Amino acid sequence: MSNNDYIIEVKDLTKQFGSFTAVDHISFEVRRSEIFGFLGANGAGKTTAMRMLCGLSYPTSGAGTVAGFDVRKEGEKIKRHIGYMSQRFSLYEDLTVLENMELFGGIYQVDKKTLRERARHMLERLDFYEERNTLVGSLPLGWKQKLAFVVATIHKPEIVFLDEPTGGVDPITRRQFWEMIYQAASEGTTIFVTTHYMDEAEYCNRISMMVDGKIKALDTPANLKKSFNAASMDEVFRILARDAQRGD
Amino acid sequence: MRGFLKFVKKETLHILRDSRTMLIALLMPVVQILLFGFAISTEVNNVNVAVVVPKWDEQIRQSINKLSSNPYITYKGAIAEHEIDQNLRSGKVDAIVVFAHDFDRLMTQWKQSGNGKAAMQFIMDASNTNTAQAGAGYLNNILAGELMQSNSLVETHMLFNPQMKSAFNFVPGIMGMIFILICAMLTSVAIVREKETGTMDVLLVSPVRPLTIILAKMTPYFILSCINLTTILLLARFVLGIPMSGNLSSIIVVSLVYLLLSLSLGLLISTIAKQQIVALLISAAVMMVPIVMLSGMLFPIENMPAVLQPLSAIVPARWYIDAMRKLLIQGASFGLVLKDFLILVGMTLAVLAIALKNFKDKLE
Repeated sequence: MSNNDYIIEVKDLTKQFGSFTAVDHISFEVRRSEIFGFLGANGAGKTTAMRMLCGLSYPTSGAGTVAGFDVRKEGEKIKRHIGYMSQRFSLYEDLTVLENMELFGGIYQVDKKTLRERARHMLERLDFYEERNTLVGSLPLGWKQKLAFVVATIHKPEIVFLDEPTGGVDPITRRQFWEMIYQAASEGTTIFVTTHYMDEAEYCNRISMMVDGKIKALDTPANLKKSFNAASMDEVFRILARDAQRGD
Repeated sequence: MRGFLKFVKKETLHILRDSRTMLIALLMPVVQILLFGFAISTEVNNVNVAVVVPKWDEQIRQSINKLSSNPYITYKGAIAEHEIDQNLRSGKVDAIVVFAHDFDRLMTQWKQSGNGKAAMQFIMDASNTNTAQAGAGYLNNILAGELMQSNSLVETHMLFNPQMKSAFNFVPGIMGMIFILICAMLTSVAIVREKETGTMDVLLVSPVRPLTIILAKMTPYFILSCINLTTILLLARFVLGIPMSGNLSSIIVVSLVYLLLSLSLGLLISTIAKQQIVALLISAAVMMVPIVMLSGMLFPIENMPAVLQPLSAIVPARWYIDAMRKLLIQGASFGLVLKDFLILVGMTLAVLAIALKNFKDKLE
């Protein structure tokens, strides 16, 4: 990870809602095909920052590029090069596994043949091809979550944004979920993930810690622990969040 | 375009797999038409009538025969004068006919000279004004009808609905209600459901244009409503026997505009509501109540208090129902519903503009 090829570059990005500054001059870079953890307490501004990067929300000031496109002017182009998995489980429960994949493949204009092959490949890897015609609503939550990730990456995006993807699932499924993330990263997809499970932070190549709309720390987990003289990421987070104004 | 069709397919699957909602959407118009057409009716039937007879004679017997053979009247027999109050209070009868003691003589005098003293008295239970008025009308016709006809000052003609069937009146009202229900309520709930489940976020992050999402959402409901329009028109024509004397293409054009208006209202609601239940409540409280109360569907607009009359002008169903009455029942030409049509078009454009603007603002 020593190349200088950045897929996300952000400089002084700010979002204000009235007099409230949700995101306050954040600057950072994300390298191609790294797993970047975007951490912070609830209300720290993670989701707002992420929405700006996805082209869903327009920044008040500052600049940034995602996959080489300007977040201020080229939101529509950004959308074509990213994948997104929202915090709430978000596939259509009344459609089958395959119908969900075909719908989102179609939205991203993956051609039919490629889509079918890819769906088969991805489902077989999860040992789930047999269930392709099952309604998503009847699957257990862990499987839904994994499928949501498969669907979010069906068009092989350069970067995929995961907004607290493992909320509410058991540790084993979380473990399997992270294996999928590693797999995708090893195939060249950059992963931008928010989480508030501090043990998950350890799985990331680099993490940033957001407190009150600002990025207070950004480094590899090992370096962060060293510089804060902490035994775990939990402790690093506690030290950083100690003088937070906003909280849950 | 391919993206659009994919979305239409998706929305259609949502509807098809939610069989309960689809069944309701398709059967509701049928049930309502049949219910209003046959079961519920504003016609007053079975008026319970008793008589008070001081002195029996042939004339009175004839009159009572006429009463008891009339299908609208249920004859309850003769009672004594002091029983009148108790009979009415207990609800045993709705009306009492009190004959004069010299009924025979008075009637003869009326027949010969065309005037004279009152020969009978109708005492009505007016706690239900509707039954009382209709009942008095029936009694008048049955008992005094022949006298009036012999030298009549007025001749009344019931045009367009000679049998006074209340179904004729209800069909346009039901149409005004059903389309709002299906287009506005179901559409807004369907859009808000995606917000609630979080799938809307995923769609908005994708390269699909928001307008495509919305149009695709509306398409199946529009088709569903067109099916309903066909069902209602067929039932109205062949089961209820509504004359449908107006131009069929006028009926369809005005209805399509109303469908678009309802869809736009649904979109507008969906931009306001964050939860399905809120969307449902807004549709019910903000739209259904005014439609039933203010559109002229049940209560004539002219009878409303002066403050409510202008209010009814902003209820879209009022104009649609008015146009449908003219076209379906009176056989009016398009020129006569032009005002209704233009108002509906104007409302559609205004609501659609506000809804789209709201929708775009919410995305920010």
